[in-house]
Amino acid sequence: MGRLARGTIALAVAGAGATAVRALVVPRHRSWPRVTGADPRPARWQVVTLTGPPEAVLPGGRWPEPLRRLDGAVEVHTRPAPGGRGTELAARPLGGSPRLPGLAAHLVGDDPGLLIRQALREAKQLAETGEVLRADRSRLDRPGAAG
Amino acid sequence: MRALCWEGVDALAVRQVPDPELRNAHDMIVRVRRSATCGADLPLLGGRIPFLAAGDVLGHEFLGEVVEVGPEVRRHRVDDRVVVCAAVACGACWFCRQGLFACCDNGSSTGAAATESAWGQPTGGCYGRPAPLGGFAGSHAEYVRVPYADVGAFTVPDPVSDDRAVFASDAAPTGWMGAELGEVGPGDVVAVWGAGAVGQLTARSAVLRGAARVIVIDRYDDRLRMVDRHVGAEPLNYRYVDVPAELRERSGGRGPDVCVEAVGMESEPPGLLGGRLGGGADRPLALREAVHACRKGGTVVVLGTWTGFVDAFPLGAVMNKGLTVRSARQHGQRWIPMLLDRMARDELRTEHLATHRLPLERGADGYALFRERADGCVRAVFSP
Ligand SMILES: [Zn+2]
Ligand SMILES: [Zn+2]
Repeated sequence: MGRLARGTIALAVAGAGATAVRALVVPRHRSWPRVTGADPRPARWQVVTLTGPPEAVLPGGRWPEPLRRLDGAVEVHTRPAPGGRGTELAARPLGGSPRLPGLAAHLVGDDPGLLIRQALREAKQLAETGEVLRADRSRLDRPGAAG
Repeated sequence: MRALCWEGVDALAVRQVPDPELRNAHDMIVRVRRSATCGADLPLLGGRIPFLAAGDVLGHEFLGEVVEVGPEVRRHRVDDRVVVCAAVACGACWFCRQGLFACCDNGSSTGAAATESAWGQPTGGCYGRPAPLGGFAGSHAEYVRVPYADVGAFTVPDPVSDDRAVFASDAAPTGWMGAELGEVGPGDVVAVWGAGAVGQLTARSAVLRGAARVIVIDRYDDRLRMVDRHVGAEPLNYRYVDVPAELRERSGGRGPDVCVEAVGMESEPPGLLGGRLGGGADRPLALREAVHACRKGGTVVVLGTWTGFVDAFPLGAVMNKGLTVRSARQHGQRWIPMLLDRMARDELRTEHLATHRLPLERGADGYALFRERADGCVRAVFSP
């Protein structure tokens, strides 16, 4: 391995609320950036690989819509995937945050890992197929449907 | 609409359920004309796969006509007669671009995470699976929603009948894949365990690819007569002969070059924990025999439906004979157009496999016949 790009690119981006400014880093090492701050047990990065270059995954540095829902609650990084497989997109809960913004705190609940996983999978589907695949709705989800 | 619903262990009933709806721009809705039973349904029917809920609709092998298309569907129009690949795949991810459609990263709704926890990575979708394993209702119904319609649905050439083309949904691509994973070519001796639809179509694919001898092993004489009559392969009934000895003799003492297991866990009575996704272990008897029989350096292909663990797998024989073991759920999108062409040219005939053609209302009877292999049943095929 060890064929990752050496360069470090920092992008200042405007988040969904147009107020947050984040650094999106393409790291020079294989491991994701180490945690900053004092949290002794940083949350694990969750990663998906998406078709397309980082610029397409984060156009203009803008987060894909499914991740924007977690704005303020997670940090996001990308790097090129080896073997021409596109882009590795990673997210994890912000470490050491004393308080999450209201909606984000509500969203990440008591298992932020699952929500992040789901948001990453949705971001991947959106980037690769143009939409997020939805399950059939069951009878219970469809009040008023026949039967 | 009416649909064949799972009601509990070994209990099925036709019920009124909501019509499917377009949920994504690449979806279309198909009015089902034929929907076939499959061995992969039996662990579900028997309650051996968790997550299935009362009211879930079974069935994943189907053919019908398009009645509604989403705004992003390009290849199909209303009234097209299509066969739909049982595997749901996006056509765009890295795996789809490698032709590994059953491994599609985007083939299940994102909430369906059970395959990832069971097998380490999320696998492609399939119709008629419980929501945590996909999120798409089954085809034993009047209508089905088809996601990624341009990728998974194929227009059926006019000369190919419904009863033939419905097997292009799953059994024929699975069989072709068995021969392809074994890299079957001219001069090969191929042995196939299981004379169900998949076993017969594996054998037929091996014949079409030029194998010198193709031998199919089963215990049911009616199925083995089909092997002789419709497949052009040699039947072997394991109730009457010593299979390993017979295979050695028929392959000049070398053993078959390619051994395909097309039996799966449904052939074995479950143990206390048998057959469960991630639960207890199943006994892969046919697979053990295939490994034992295979020639040194040969290939063993696993096509039967396995979901959990197996006991006493003969790894020593695999290693010391230098075998290659390959397996997959079918990547049908790769082969269905070619298979439909072969069906149109009469190279691939499958009507004889639909031994029981029944209205959807008799779905429960159809599964009873299929499960017990009663009355010579190979596949029950429903017409809603
Ligand atoms: Zn099937
Ligand atoms: Zn895909």
